[in-house]
Amino acid sequence: MLQYTIRRILLIIPTLFFVALITFTLAKMAPGSPFDKNPDKPPSQATIDRWNRYYGLDKPVAEQFAMWLGNVARFDFGVSITRQRPVADIIGQGFPTTAQLGLQALFLSLAVALPLGIVSALRQNTIVDYASLFFATIGTTIPSFVIAIFFIYIFGVGLRLLPFVGWGTPQHMIMPTVILSLGSAAFLTRITRASMLEAVRQDYVRTARSKGLREQVVIVGHVLKNALIPVATVVGPAAAALITGSFIIETIFSVPGIGREYIRSIVALDYPVIMATTLLYAFFIVVANLTVDLVYGMLDPRIKVGK
Amino acid sequence: MADLLEVNDLHTQFFTRDGVVHAVDGVSFSLAAGETLGLVGESGCGKSVTALSLMRLIPQPPGKITEGSIVFDGQDVLKMDDDDIRGIRGNNVAMIFQDPMTSLNPVLTISRQISEALELHLKMDKGEARKRTIELLELVGIPSAKKRVDDYPHQFSGGMRQRVMIAMALSCNPKLILADEPTTALDVTIQAQILDLLKNLAREFRTAFILITHDLGVVAGMTQRIHVMYAGRIVEKADTGELFANPKMPYTWGLLRSIPRLDERRKEKLIPIEGLPPDLIAPPTGCRFEPRCQYRRDICREKEPELAAVPNAKPDHEARCWGTQNVPGGGWLVATDWRREVGDTSVIEEIRRGDDTAAAGE
Amino acid sequence: MATATTHAQERAAELNVLVRRQRSLWRDAGYRLMRNRAAVLGLAVIVAAALMAVFAPVIAPYDPTLQNGKVGNFEPVWTGSKYTSPDYVLGTDVLGRDMLSRLIYASRISMVVGFTPTLVIFTLGIAVGLSSGYFGGLVDQVLMRITDVVYAFPDFLFLLIIVASFRNSAFGLLLDGLVLIFVALAIVGWVGVARLTRGQILQLKEREFTEAARAIGAKPARIMWRHLLPNALAPLIVSAAFSVPGAIIGEATLSFLGVGIRPPTASWGAMIQQAFPSFSTNPWGVLLPAVSISIVMLAFTFVGDGLRDALDPRMKT
Repeated sequence: MLQYTIRRILLIIPTLFFVALITFTLAKMAPGSPFDKNPDKPPSQATIDRWNRYYGLDKPVAEQFAMWLGNVARFDFGVSITRQRPVADIIGQGFPTTAQLGLQALFLSLAVALPLGIVSALRQNTIVDYASLFFATIGTTIPSFVIAIFFIYIFGVGLRLLPFVGWGTPQHMIMPTVILSLGSAAFLTRITRASMLEAVRQDYVRTARSKGLREQVVIVGHVLKNALIPVATVVGPAAAALITGSFIIETIFSVPGIGREYIRSIVALDYPVIMATTLLYAFFIVVANLTVDLVYGMLDPRIKVGK
Repeated sequence: MADLLEVNDLHTQFFTRDGVVHAVDGVSFSLAAGETLGLVGESGCGKSVTALSLMRLIPQPPGKITEGSIVFDGQDVLKMDDDDIRGIRGNNVAMIFQDPMTSLNPVLTISRQISEALELHLKMDKGEARKRTIELLELVGIPSAKKRVDDYPHQFSGGMRQRVMIAMALSCNPKLILADEPTTALDVTIQAQILDLLKNLAREFRTAFILITHDLGVVAGMTQRIHVMYAGRIVEKADTGELFANPKMPYTWGLLRSIPRLDERRKEKLIPIEGLPPDLIAPPTGCRFEPRCQYRRDICREKEPELAAVPNAKPDHEARCWGTQNVPGGGWLVATDWRREVGDTSVIEEIRRGDDTAAAGE
Repeated sequence: MATATTHAQERAAELNVLVRRQRSLWRDAGYRLMRNRAAVLGLAVIVAAALMAVFAPVIAPYDPTLQNGKVGNFEPVWTGSKYTSPDYVLGTDVLGRDMLSRLIYASRISMVVGFTPTLVIFTLGIAVGLSSGYFGGLVDQVLMRITDVVYAFPDFLFLLIIVASFRNSAFGLLLDGLVLIFVALAIVGWVGVARLTRGQILQLKEREFTEAARAIGAKPARIMWRHLLPNALAPLIVSAAFSVPGAIIGEATLSFLGVGIRPPTASWGAMIQQAFPSFSTNPWGVLLPAVSISIVMLAFTFVGDGLRDALDPRMKT
């Protein structure tokens, strides 16, 4: 188990290396320079040369990548081209906001999905079940930015109940958090419900009933324990979905997090920021998946982790 | 002697999209304390549903017990409230299921799964329950039970898991065990061991049991009486010895023809019964076996026979067949020699000898 | 394995879930799909949207890029405000272009973006997955390594980076950015299909009918094509049914973020992006394309769910 964990942790490094390599290669293949943003007033060649030297863009590509890697190892992510600020500063400033948004959304989606999925499976084909299926279908089907539009129209523009620009007060957090959580909540509800339905019709549940156990004991002690294992395995992908969802939500609601910064850097081809943020996201996703795999190994006795 | 179990006119139905399935359609039988009974028939004849009905474990919906009574130990199971029936399940009546690979909970330890019933019904504390669990595992022949008690089901082989199921069923000293095809999912070599274990322990604990199987060869030597089921009904009832010596119903003959044997000494080919059991949504109005029966006459299609005493047989031998009943238009099978009809009877002879030895040993 | 299946069947028979008529798997699935009202509705919506896309020039009252030159935009007629015009039923956008015509033309983008990459993704993914699953070896090794990396690279992140990188290249400008979106979606999508196919093949390869085919000397290509693929098809079809709306969402989101379809071409995502800054004053410019996307998405989901339930009744969720 320990050996397996260590191996998995070490595997993070090559994975991140490839992510960085792909991102770097793609960014280098991009035509156009981040400096010619204003077509009416192109910067002089001398200025461009100076900037190129400053950002090390005059060196061969391989050397640039090596240099970049070396810097990253020292937690130096370079300087944003369009903002003229260290990337580490930009990320450091946005990170708490993004982390708060993401965690709130993750907890909210679990808090909604687990009870909803369980109840709708136990009350299959009742109004509760149909309502949760409806919610799950909407949430997994309609893209978050479209749902955001409807929310803003109803609660922001129409009822004027909630602000929809900026971040800070609890009121500001409600819409971004709810909408960001919606997709994952819907997805997890579906999985929980399906997994419960699968578990309740297993033979061992009948065995448990044949022992004379109370229905609550059968559900909690026998069904849930099995049904939640598949759910745990998709919390990783759900977390990844939250991360990518946060770009869009932060952009729509002008939330000052890394997601909005990321989209800005993508549009502006600000690749020091693109590189650093991509790497950061990849890191979180790898760690989330690793955690889930290890938890899975602990939850399911049939999985012999490390063998 | 008051019977331990008395089932009267039991009807269990499943309400499906295609119609109402009459899975168990008027089954009656009784069982004395400590008595053993074999319930035999093809897949889909309603034997498992009968067993599940006895414990009220029919999934509802779509299933429902629509008629009849099940009197266990003087109480009607069908009239009990949920708490009372739970007090009986696992405590007075226990069940062993067909597939030990899926009938144990994969994420709970063996210890947990057996102790559960002990703590619930016998009010043992955790320590006592664990001690008793280890004793039970030793009793069913699990080697180094003390070490293995904390293992999970996947760490056991199929045969070992079925032993665990038996330990679980015996845990609260039930008066009745329902064993639903307990060996079907197991290797042939393991089957005999498990059957022996079940028989010996039931005798030791003086537990009545109902053994459900599709294989007449399995019940021989296991149970005192045999009820043959077909299409939701009991079609022949007899003592085990009587049934093998003097089977009456053509369906039973078909089952006898299809007993497999391991050593392939059977001279003729195994002959399966031709055709499929009838659709239980709209069963035939006459004898339910009539469409597949090679001895049928017009009367069979017109009217369904009752389960009635068979002439020239032991008094408690009954069959649901016009051919064996001395009624106008019936009785054409009374004098038929079943041995000629079945063909190779060597397996049956062997089973009978084994059964006699077993009986003599008692 | 065999015994387990027979037991499952016996069990099913025991509980009298009777299979009364033997129908072929596909006909049976088609029958179940057609009995699913939501799926039929979804299918109808998709067919309507496809027809709308094909006949856009005939149906649309105006050129979608024509600016009417009037100051300020019209609102849809049902709002009853004074800024409406009977000539523009759904109003105009801020540049004075007819909303209805733009919405109709935008359906072309969604339909093309939905189906084209899916075709590429499944052809490529199935080919790689088949050979990886059947032969193992180098292809399999490489596929699994790629999978590891892609696992850490969420689809949308990858999509964004590819699109951002090539947006300004000559290639990125083809068909107003549409070609780049195709390619990016295909690059991101094929790995998942390859993985799904591989998993299926690995399972099927161990089954008796494959053994039997091999025993009678069937060539690998024949085994793959005649024995493995047909049996792996059901989950692949379901996955394709969800891949189409996935691609449509991808395009819409990219365009909404301003890195997708280039103006003046109409796409629902791009329309939202252009109208979003004036959402408070002119909500219809945003709401109408948003509603269009929602309807098409729901239609695809209904069909996808219906297909899944029809092809694998046990998986009914």
